[in-house]
Amino acid sequence: MGDAAENLDMGEETQIRPFTMNFGPQHPAAHGVLRLVLEMEGEIIERADPHIGLLHRGTEKLIEYKTYVQAVPYFDRLDYVAPMNQEHAFALATEKLLGITPPKRAQYIRVLFCEIGRVLNHIMNITTFALDVGAITPALWGFEEREKGMEFYERVCGARLHANYFRPGGVHQDMPEGLADDILQWCEDLPNFLGDIDNLLTNNRIFKQRTVDIGVASAEEAMDWGFTGPMLRGSNVAWDLRKSQPYDVYEEMEFDIPVGKTGDCYARYLVRMAEMYESIKIMKQAIEKMPEGPIKMNDYKVSPPPRAEMKTSMEALIHHFKLYTEGYHVPAGETYTAVEAPKGEFGVYLVSDGSNRPYRCRIRAPGFAHLQALEFLSKGHQLADTVSNIGSLDIVFGEIDR
Amino acid sequence: MAFDNYARAFLLTEIVKGFMLTLKYMFFMPRVTINYPYEKGPISPRFRGEHALRRYPNGEERCIACKLCEAICPALAITIEAEPREDGSRRTTRYDIDMTKCIYCGLCAEACPVDAIVEGPNFEFATETREELYYNKDKLLENGDRWEAQIAANLLADAPYR
Repeated sequence: MGDAAENLDMGEETQIRPFTMNFGPQHPAAHGVLRLVLEMEGEIIERADPHIGLLHRGTEKLIEYKTYVQAVPYFDRLDYVAPMNQEHAFALATEKLLGITPPKRAQYIRVLFCEIGRVLNHIMNITTFALDVGAITPALWGFEEREKGMEFYERVCGARLHANYFRPGGVHQDMPEGLADDILQWCEDLPNFLGDIDNLLTNNRIFKQRTVDIGVASAEEAMDWGFTGPMLRGSNVAWDLRKSQPYDVYEEMEFDIPVGKTGDCYARYLVRMAEMYESIKIMKQAIEKMPEGPIKMNDYKVSPPPRAEMKTSMEALIHHFKLYTEGYHVPAGETYTAVEAPKGEFGVYLVSDGSNRPYRCRIRAPGFAHLQALEFLSKGHQLADTVSNIGSLDIVFGEIDR
Repeated sequence: MAFDNYARAFLLTEIVKGFMLTLKYMFFMPRVTINYPYEKGPISPRFRGEHALRRYPNGEERCIACKLCEAICPALAITIEAEPREDGSRRTTRYDIDMTKCIYCGLCAEACPVDAIVEGPNFEFATETREELYYNKDKLLENGDRWEAQIAANLLADAPYR
């Protein structure tokens, strides 16, 4: 015992560099359950190692045991900030395998609600981003507008968040009367709110000090790291799946792709702000151009028959039972279908073996690709800049951990 | 441009702007917050809240134990057992919903051919223990009796779209 104490080198300074620090998973600026292991040289980040998986629910595997209709609600729970955009990717993938095209009105409704989702997501991101860098007012304020958007969700599908509204072959129900007018009114009011946020943040010196030249990604780096969505557009690459490979009725919509010049956190903020104005444009056009007509396939092998018919027609009743027990069989094949979700390219790689359940459903979440770039964005920056970076990455752990 | 920047830096325009906005909203804008337990936000007829099992106006329970809701439930939250009653009609002997598993997707209500199981307008059913959220048939029928008026009105309002 005495020997051991003598052998310890008490005089020599203990080596604690680089200092390793845990950021999260309970940190309020970690946007969910991100655990970040930071190796620091003083205040400077040497290495940022994101540890993920704390919100893993096995969605991809679960979907293999669900019929195609049952799988839809699981997509709401990926990126729970803009749920309908996820459903959209799955609905499009299934439709592609089935070889069907939903009616025009359904496509317009989908586009309309996807854009509402985009606004919801960007309001959430910008306000919490501002909160992370020290501005508390936008976060308290932005939720009022977000609440209005979520009320539209609630009126159309019955849930503020987990919509389960887009279905392969259309949407679940038609929009209730008066909803289109209210959304149009919201489109008129929203620029005022965005103007207020713009007023508070865009020229605010604290906000600029925290974001300008922080986390710079050049166009080349952004593409190398697999950035999509506002992250890529912030780096001056005008890439938008809604333009480059339009799905549903996006090709009939007139809108611009805002791009940032500098590729830093501030540019990404500006891109998101500008994108909301574009979304408002698309929403207005979608409501104006929306035709009357059916909102789901008239094919009872894919879409359930209307209730009145189900109650009176034996054939419709059989279809109803068949759809809600066995579901429909999807021809064997595979597809990768991607949509421009608010956070970037959200893709579904769906493999069907001809049965009523997907053989494999791989989900490509934009946040996953963005998170891996956290190290290269944060390296050499101060600890506090990591928070700006996380905020501007727009990560939601529902989709990263799946 | 340089003068502009200096003016902005010295006059603290961000702070002035921020306070102007605050004062504007404080005095000239209508109040948007609600006093929650006493005031509630509006909900639509499609709202998907707490489940309820409904009855026909003559008191007969609607559910015919076709088990479509059990089959469609993505979370496997519903358990049904059924056998013929003394009068020969098919009814459930057990109808359990595990509300802790339920994901409130609304597929059960959508599947039900007789509008027996519905997701009603109630969203205030928090409990102190987990066990209280394992609903059985009695609890669901009781919910149905309590909320029937509103559920019926909601179904009627939504009927053209279903």
